[in-house]
Amino acid sequence: MRPVYLDNNATTRVDPAAVAAMLPFFTEQFGNASSMHAFGASVGGALKTARRQLQALLGAEHDHEIIYTSGGTESDNTAILSALETQGQRTEVITSVVEHPAILALCDWLEKHKGTTVHRIPVDAKGRLDVEAYRKALGPKTAIASIMWANNETGTLFPVARLAEMAHEAGALFHTDAVQAVGKLPIDLKSTEIDMLSLSGHKLHGPKGIGALYVRKGVRLRPLIRGGHQERGRRAGTENAPAIIGLGKAAELALAHMLDEQTRVKALRDRLEQGLLQRIGNSFVTGDPEHRLPNTANIAFEFIEGEAILLLLNRAGIAASSGSACTSGSLEPSHVLRAMKVPYTAAHGAIRFSFSRENGDEDVDRVLEAMPGIIANLRSLSPFWKERGQDRPAPAAAFNPTYA
Amino acid sequence: MWEYSEKVQEYFYNPKNAGVMENASGIGDVGAISCGDALRLMIKVDPATDTITDARFQTFGCGSAIASSSALTELIIGKTIAEALTLTNQDIADFLGGLPPEKMHCSVMGYEALRAAVANYRGEAWEDDHEEGALVCKCFGVDEGMIERAVRMNGLTTLEQVTHFTKAGGSCATCIEGIEEVLVKTNAAMVAEGLLDAAEAFDPDQAARPVRRPKAGKSPLAIKLEPVSKPKLTNLQRIRLIEEAIEGLRPFLRQDGGDCELIDVEGDRVMVKLSGACVGCQMASITVNGVQERLIEKLGQPLRVIPV
Repeated sequence: MRPVYLDNNATTRVDPAAVAAMLPFFTEQFGNASSMHAFGASVGGALKTARRQLQALLGAEHDHEIIYTSGGTESDNTAILSALETQGQRTEVITSVVEHPAILALCDWLEKHKGTTVHRIPVDAKGRLDVEAYRKALGPKTAIASIMWANNETGTLFPVARLAEMAHEAGALFHTDAVQAVGKLPIDLKSTEIDMLSLSGHKLHGPKGIGALYVRKGVRLRPLIRGGHQERGRRAGTENAPAIIGLGKAAELALAHMLDEQTRVKALRDRLEQGLLQRIGNSFVTGDPEHRLPNTANIAFEFIEGEAILLLLNRAGIAASSGSACTSGSLEPSHVLRAMKVPYTAAHGAIRFSFSRENGDEDVDRVLEAMPGIIANLRSLSPFWKERGQDRPAPAAAFNPTYA
Repeated sequence: MWEYSEKVQEYFYNPKNAGVMENASGIGDVGAISCGDALRLMIKVDPATDTITDARFQTFGCGSAIASSSALTELIIGKTIAEALTLTNQDIADFLGGLPPEKMHCSVMGYEALRAAVANYRGEAWEDDHEEGALVCKCFGVDEGMIERAVRMNGLTTLEQVTHFTKAGGSCATCIEGIEEVLVKTNAAMVAEGLLDAAEAFDPDQAARPVRRPKAGKSPLAIKLEPVSKPKLTNLQRIRLIEEAIEGLRPFLRQDGGDCELIDVEGDRVMVKLSGACVGCQMASITVNGVQERLIEKLGQPLRVIPV
């Protein structure tokens, strides 16, 4: 049976057209773009095209506003460290509690070892940013505010254009981790005040190991990696030409499929979500259903644990992911769901289904068929669940284990 | 994706003894929803013999938690309570053909559920020895307080000692930074209280220094170029080794209807006689090569095997 892949927020299949675009640059056109001979020149031309393809997807004003990196994490690290380094007097960073670890772990480290003050703005039960708290945190000491465009777990969108303007009113730079947004949402950076934006190739059917940091013209940047003069001295190291070219093609394709993503893919997601909620009791959607990515559904199934669900789904040929603790080797459920105050009994059983343009109706049917049985099976094993003939959970007092 | 053994998968997909037991003699509830694992163990005990005649479980948790719970019930059914209490979490893990290091805590939960259920059966109150506090080592469920106590009571000053005394950091090792922090803090407090010589306190800078390898004595390239050399053998020792090696191979050759006999050894040339199905077999040269490889491996010297 054909596998059903619904974990596109984790990574996507590289589009065959992107692979085809990359292939010649491993063998025939292997030159170093910096070289003064024909081998280098042809690569240089292709890199230029790729940069323009990505520029078009981002709606950036200039193609040299794009700096290629190894991926989203490097872009995030570069942006925040640079903002602190270029503005010696400003020593504070503002971010949200639901950011990716690429931001949060860096901020924890800065706070602990570099004396940086970090403001982590909370979210409400739907995962929406507390904009008032954000406004209050901004001030003359703020070096940079970094708020994600779309949350990777729930798909919830943040009003980054407005947040960027608010940051500028306080004289602070604004960065957004847009790893999940780029390729899924129409973006026009030239009409915003966003100073920096991170993206990753493998989230939009491009290759892994390539990403970019958009840095608006005029924003000062200190490189994270020093060495040669590549990327106008802003990111040293020989260009990963095949990956950059693959990302360029992927960006072109994402732009061409943007309407499909916003309509057909969104409809698939909605049908899956409604179907699951109808068929399975004690389950609910997490995040902000009104403002979220068109491809993401995060549904919490109460009284069971996510890894067990994923293992049984995997056996049914379905790939999804979970905010559960056990899949990461830690014991705590997703920081995103906890920040939204999703109860533990539900946070552990939250499953994320993330679509892409490669999914179809059959995928939705397969999940709708498999899921009710899986959930019922695991609930029958769970001490927190008592069926009592009518799908009602046990009162909370019934099972109160000793902490061990 | 975790690498679960076949047995873990089997016990997860088709758990044995799952479900509720009516009129259980003892019930042990352990774990906590906030930790992502919780287990209720129910046992039925024959009071005449103190034997566990049946066991059931209900588990909220991941694949290995469900498998560990099921394994636990299989392990204790038919055992007396005294026998069952000798089981350790390692026995549960072993029964399952091993657990990924990060999942060892699932077996710990089983171990504790059994104790809780027995205490319940005996009418005792079961108290676990964990205290509230930040969990440092998630694999073995070791919190900050436990590390601090171990450091203080035993005067520990290295990470390795902490791991030996508490198991913390002994599995997936992601918590090493956290353990070192507790160690620094506790040692500093001990120095301040006059319990520890400042020179002996854990020094993270020292721990970060590079560890030198013992010198190999030769360039790594030289090892590749020179034949593997073992202590020099006398001729008699060599011939005995060759004989032994060939004897070891003969059962396999006989299985295929052939045989091989040692005729003579001259310097590095080993003369053998192939017989039976080996003679004229298209695989004969492969057999000879196989014998030759085996002898080189055994003697650590280059040799040529020549069929005569």
